[in-house]
Amino acid sequence: MKILACIKQVPDSAAKVVVENEHVTWGDAPLVINPWDEFAVEAALRLKEKHGGTVTVVSVGGENEKEAIKHALAMGADDAILIADPALVGLDTQAISRVLAAAIERIGGVDIAFFGRQAIDNDSGLTPPQTARLLHWPALTLASTITVDGTTVKVERAIEDGRQVVTSTLPVVVSLVKDYGEPRYPSFMGIRKAARAEVPVWNLGTLGMAAPLSVISWPEVMNPPSREVVCEIISGASPEETAGKLVDKILAEKVL
Amino acid sequence: MKIWVFVDHFKGQVLPASWEAVGVGKKHGTVSAVIFGQNIESLAKDAFEHGADEVLLADDATLAEYRAEAFAATFSKLASANPPDIILLPTSTRGRELAAMMAIDLNTGVMVDVTAMEVQDGKVVVTRPIYAGKLLTKETCSTKPQIITLRGRAFPKPTPETGKSGTLTKVAPAMNESDIKSKVEGYTSAEGGVSLIDANVIVSGGRGVSNNPALTPPAGLDEKQAEIWRAQQGFELVKGLAMVLGAAVGASRAAVDAGYVPYSHQVGQTGKVVSPDLYIANGISGAIQHLAGMRTSKVIVAINKDPDAPIFKIARYGVVGDLFQYLPALTTAFKQRLGK
Repeated sequence: MKILACIKQVPDSAAKVVVENEHVTWGDAPLVINPWDEFAVEAALRLKEKHGGTVTVVSVGGENEKEAIKHALAMGADDAILIADPALVGLDTQAISRVLAAAIERIGGVDIAFFGRQAIDNDSGLTPPQTARLLHWPALTLASTITVDGTTVKVERAIEDGRQVVTSTLPVVVSLVKDYGEPRYPSFMGIRKAARAEVPVWNLGTLGMAAPLSVISWPEVMNPPSREVVCEIISGASPEETAGKLVDKILAEKVL
Repeated sequence: MKIWVFVDHFKGQVLPASWEAVGVGKKHGTVSAVIFGQNIESLAKDAFEHGADEVLLADDATLAEYRAEAFAATFSKLASANPPDIILLPTSTRGRELAAMMAIDLNTGVMVDVTAMEVQDGKVVVTRPIYAGKLLTKETCSTKPQIITLRGRAFPKPTPETGKSGTLTKVAPAMNESDIKSKVEGYTSAEGGVSLIDANVIVSGGRGVSNNPALTPPAGLDEKQAEIWRAQQGFELVKGLAMVLGAAVGASRAAVDAGYVPYSHQVGQTGKVVSPDLYIANGISGAIQHLAGMRTSKVIVAINKDPDAPIFKIARYGVVGDLFQYLPALTTAFKQRLGK
């Protein structure tokens, strides 16, 4: 099988992200593979282990995107493609999806493209279904299990109302949730192999496409209003007395 | 302005955020509620009573179960034939996916998980959280229709007006069953209890719930099993208070990663972002990922034995002490005061 894992690099989830002088900054926090995308790589590797084939990592971003790619290679992916072009900076999701769809078409013969459910920076979750739509493939989003039998793929999806079992034909886009199972740590051998790997860089010329147009713009990014709260510590002679006082306070807030 | 609202429902149960979207739409123009499913004509009445001027109803076997392909194709076909200015959807798994696909079909963009929306001279400017609420961004879209998903509970729910009616227009699905590649084989419903996203009140537990020194785990468990056993007893206390308050049960990432409760309970940057009226955090220190997911809650109450825990920095009320004493006392006190 020809399996892809589409990944993105983001500031670490523990980073303190703030706006300073109208610019978004995360201090000296590291840039890492989007945590959700580790599940995409894991699912791709498990599928390859079961059915054979290759796992290729695809990422759109700048040259520094290589940290995320190296992580995926160290987990065990066979190869990677970085799509970098000055015209791709600051694009919205539909524009990035057009680039990814073009890359998937150029790679050719892909059976499954895995994605994380969303990236923890923009939090949109739009890229997997948009890429699928552009390819005219079905999107099976928010999968927690996946099995492939011939050209049929079956997933369990985690939705608000429970778990839905859906089947579809290949090729398909699948996005994954955390219930899929813990992504593996890179092995020592994997890290050495990833360090030596040459990652080819494709640009828009390679893809034979003009820069897609962004339609979404962000006129202002702000720090959220600070919470003007002073914590009132409730105490009493016994847990019962403290609890009674706390209930009085909460009832007075009229939130129940 | 002409505004369409996707009424998201699961087997006829409408997500409340759909009606909130109807309310937002009414502020800016005329609202057509778009309802897809099978044998769901009764939802049209609910839509009118919540303020819709028109209902576009596709009632068909191919739409009985939500499938992105079939829903997106039908919605996009309707919107191409008769383009609205704005399409509003709730930020649900279905709403988000449908919005994403329609944006490709209609050659426009999506503004997702919006918490505020203004219209100035016909131009829509929305506000939405990014980095799980660590930052807010304003967003605009240069093309039409403007597709927007609205975060649940961020906008008021309109009061239904009994007996109000409007124009019911029946529409046809865009795809035949044989052209739809995905099939729904079945589903299992969520474990009982209140959904985190819709909850007015959330009671959460963190790593601290596994630390009850008074408990002796049954013999024969290894260290990890004993920890999980302790944590499960701890979560019983969390669930006990949740039951009394009609609340949803939340958890920190640490508690989920340690295997105490399923991931569906996780609140935070890589879990659910919630905004209830009351959030009671038990044994949660307040890692930045967790705070990002619940900081907009109206009133936050924290019980933690560490007086320096970051959770107290955003809490309105705090109890510094052993949650295994204070949490049961709080449950008992609420039971008495609420007459339960």
